[in-house]
Amino acid sequence: MNDAAPPLLRPLGLLAELTHRCPLACPYCSNPLELESRSDELDTACWSRVFHEAAEMGVLQVHLSGGEPAARRDLLEIVAAARDAGLYTNLITSSVGLDAERLARLQQTGLDHVQLSIQDIEAGQADRIAGYDGAHVRKLAFARHVVDLGLALTVNTVIHRANIANVTALVALAAELGAGRVEVAHAQYHGWALRNMSALMPTAAQVFRAVDEVERLRAQYADRLVIDLVVPDYYATHPKPCMGGWARRSLNVTPSGRVLPCHAAETIPGLEFWSVRDNALSEIWSRSPAFQAFRGTDWMREPCRSCDRRELDFGGCRCQALAIAGDARQADPACSLSPYHSRMRELAEQAQTGASAEYRYRGRRQDGQRAAVSSIGLVEGQTAGHPAAPPPRLAISPRAGS
Amino acid sequence: MAEIGAGFGDTRPRLAPGVRLHFDKTRNAWILLAPERVIEAEGPAHEILRRCDGKRTVAQIVDELAILYVADRAVIEGDVTEMLADLVAKRLVLSTQ
Repeated sequence: MNDAAPPLLRPLGLLAELTHRCPLACPYCSNPLELESRSDELDTACWSRVFHEAAEMGVLQVHLSGGEPAARRDLLEIVAAARDAGLYTNLITSSVGLDAERLARLQQTGLDHVQLSIQDIEAGQADRIAGYDGAHVRKLAFARHVVDLGLALTVNTVIHRANIANVTALVALAAELGAGRVEVAHAQYHGWALRNMSALMPTAAQVFRAVDEVERLRAQYADRLVIDLVVPDYYATHPKPCMGGWARRSLNVTPSGRVLPCHAAETIPGLEFWSVRDNALSEIWSRSPAFQAFRGTDWMREPCRSCDRRELDFGGCRCQALAIAGDARQADPACSLSPYHSRMRELAEQAQTGASAEYRYRGRRQDGQRAAVSSIGLVEGQTAGHPAAPPPRLAISPRAGS
Repeated sequence: MAEIGAGFGDTRPRLAPGVRLHFDKTRNAWILLAPERVIEAEGPAHEILRRCDGKRTVAQIVDELAILYVADRAVIEGDVTEMLADLVAKRLVLSTQ
């Protein structure tokens, strides 16, 4: 044993990206720019093995995410496997492709919780953000099905320039729908959101007002709603404790089985990721190079290395350090002690006055049309109400270089 | 806010939707699982939580725990009320009449 090695904690959460396929095309999507293809996706048995291994390692909650997890025709079997492993099972969905009957079967299988994304308060604007006509109306109906079944509902709203003025109305909408919890999640600028930053970034004044609003809303809705805030960091003084510290609390498995310490970790060049196809999850957690790379504090440089807050914020986000400071070992530039802190502020200010108000949607051509092979509207048509029907064949650009 | 204090003994607490009590073998601990939250139920907390079924009143839960732990009822009542008030404020337990 190496005495200097940081203590290995038991992970609490597993983000299972069941697929990168999605009918929506939100401009802040957390999926990578290079989406994994359907033919590379793990099968039901492999996910079941991953869930059981995760539970044995101490994982308590699994978040079934995507893409749109409902695009998997074996979603019911996947939920059953997660519950069989003893995991608290959270479905993160846009609701498109999930009707009331399939939802009821998921509940009977033991689904614990549903997290539904809502893009804005009004259908036209919400559908424009999602890149999918009719999504908003379906989401409202779906939320009511969730609540009518007695399932716990969280409404997740990603906040950016187009909807930041509507935070109060979004929380009111969630309360009206019967949600028990709301996530007011300010966009995090990685991947697609970074590509769309000039169309998404709000002003500092808007951000501070929206954060104050959440404080007021928490008091107003204390008897009805839990309101969680994912804080914006472009105008911050201290960085966020990204993931609660690298490789400390959670793991992320991609559709093809690659295991990441966070969903954006693949943006960091030179990291070696292991796959559940080749290794046990516990081996990956304890030994894989990507998880070891920034675990603990030994990797830190100044100003992190001697900082009193190094075990509070763990140096912030490695991906943001790479994106702005050019090196993943730097302090997160959100920190006022980072030499790149002013650079981050400049990027935000450039973005809010940026020329582009047009979104660049994933899976779409630049003229806003769907790419020829991605007629993703078929997802709902073929699977809604017919979970056993063969899933549509959707080709999304295969991962480059693999 | 839910009323805590006079009359609280007559309410029938239950776990909120999406909240359940789970025994975690890897940590040898009772855990309250909730949306994006995990809370360890230390010591006698799980004995309180597993009785939050929407049927028992707080007063009945206090009676049962006083017998289970052979302890002074007033002390148990203070502990149970304090814990449930905290969980009601966090929306993990709902207090119904």
